[in-house]
Amino acid sequence: METQIKSKENFNPRIVAFLCNWCTYTGADLAGVARMKSSPSVRVIRTMCSGRVDPTFVLKAFKMGADGVMIGGCHIGDCHYSEGNFKTLRRVEFLKIMLKDFGIDPKRLRLEWISASEGDKYAHVTNEFEKELRELGPLVLQE
Amino acid sequence: MSKPKLALYWASSCGGCEIAVVDLEAKILDVAGFFEIVLWPCVMDFKYKDIEALPDGDITLCLFNGAIRTSENEHLAKMLRAKSKVMVAFGSCAGDGAIPSLANFYDKDSIYEYVFKTCPSLEESSRGVYPETKTTMPEGEIEIPVFWETVKTLDQVIDVDYYIPGCPPQTFQIAAAVEAVIDILQNGKPLPPKGTVLGAGDKTCCDDCTRVKSEKKIKKFYRPQDIITDPEQCLLEQGIVCMGPATRNGCEALCMKANMGCRGCYGPPEGVLDQGAKMVSALSSVIDAQNPEDAKKIIDTIADPLGTFYRFSMASSILRRVQKKNNK
Ligand code: SF4
Ligand code: SF4
Ligand code: FES
Repeated sequence: METQIKSKENFNPRIVAFLCNWCTYTGADLAGVARMKSSPSVRVIRTMCSGRVDPTFVLKAFKMGADGVMIGGCHIGDCHYSEGNFKTLRRVEFLKIMLKDFGIDPKRLRLEWISASEGDKYAHVTNEFEKELRELGPLVLQE
Repeated sequence: MSKPKLALYWASSCGGCEIAVVDLEAKILDVAGFFEIVLWPCVMDFKYKDIEALPDGDITLCLFNGAIRTSENEHLAKMLRAKSKVMVAFGSCAGDGAIPSLANFYDKDSIYEYVFKTCPSLEESSRGVYPETKTTMPEGEIEIPVFWETVKTLDQVIDVDYYIPGCPPQTFQIAAAVEAVIDILQNGKPLPPKGTVLGAGDKTCCDDCTRVKSEKKIKKFYRPQDIITDPEQCLLEQGIVCMGPATRNGCEALCMKANMGCRGCYGPPEGVLDQGAKMVSALSSVIDAQNPEDAKKIIDTIADPLGTFYRFSMASSILRRVQKKNNK
């Protein structure tokens, strides 16, 4: 516990973000092009739909060192494959319950609907997430 | 020519795997006829020192059941690995941790506290008496094995060649696997590729299940004692948490024939890293909710999702254990 508190000071959270190709990924791009200040802690993985994000990916990201995982998809009603993001929202609800039972703060998993034109939302959300993770501290998994 | 040697070992297990082997009935005579059994602690009296004295690789086949929970389990696993040409993780405890690895919901301290102190069935005189790893007696020092913090699968401590899943593996599957091994050894056939799962399929229990499947839209989950289920219809559609979609086939859909949902004992299907994550994915496709609130309400009707989905694979899961309380 102590080492955690100590390392909190110069802690840069690692965020793995699975972003839907049709919306949030483009939104993130827009944030970049517009030179908005968004969290440099984010490692982006592009998927064809938020519904492609298998729950396994989320657990594996945490296992491999992510302090937070974000899933970005199209707004409800806008999914390119019509129903993909409904599945995503159910999975995320499920995963949050599972993470809590695993003893991992469910706040470390975040779902956001961000359209291709919402670069500002992308910047805001990632900055906020980074701040929250800083408060939570690093995720240290016991073997 | 001397017979090939066979070792059967049980680490952290319940003895069910042993019964499944004994259930081979007359076939066990073929096994005993073909192999020289050098170790089988459950059934015959052998000494560890006799195994230690064998040259490396002298045992042709080792069927190792049970998870790795103590220093003794690990020591025997390493010794038998060195002495055996072919090492098989036999049963779900050796393969995936299974029931013993439900201990990974806790840690050594909390388990000790319950078992040796707060458990209601303890005799008052022994309440709070904890085992000491080393005790000095007039005859000298005695040691008992060290209890690990986290239960592991066999392949987390040694190199494993093959897997035979099941809790316990179905006897007809054991018979088939043993026959195949005898055939390979007798006729000089090549061994299957390392890592092969023997005595099971490469699909899911749903593929073998004969229940009628239609579109699933689940509004509420039930425990088996809460409803009377239709004997023909898919149990999951009726709201019973059936692990069929996240479990390897091989048992011929045994539990569903007895009107019970699959409990997941054959472990994750081929190519699936995490049985619980697979189950989350499967159920997320059938829950009838279009918003987070409704989804949560339905999921909350599942009693203990984590314990249910990882009942047989906590140790082999991606996260392996529940984090201790002080962790975030
Ligand atoms: S979910 Fe269970 S009952 Fe339904 S088809 Fe699969 S194995 Fe059979
Ligand atoms: S139905 Fe499931 S729990 Fe039952 S024997 Fe088969 S794999 Fe095991
Ligand atoms: S295509 Fe963007 S969430 Fe499905």
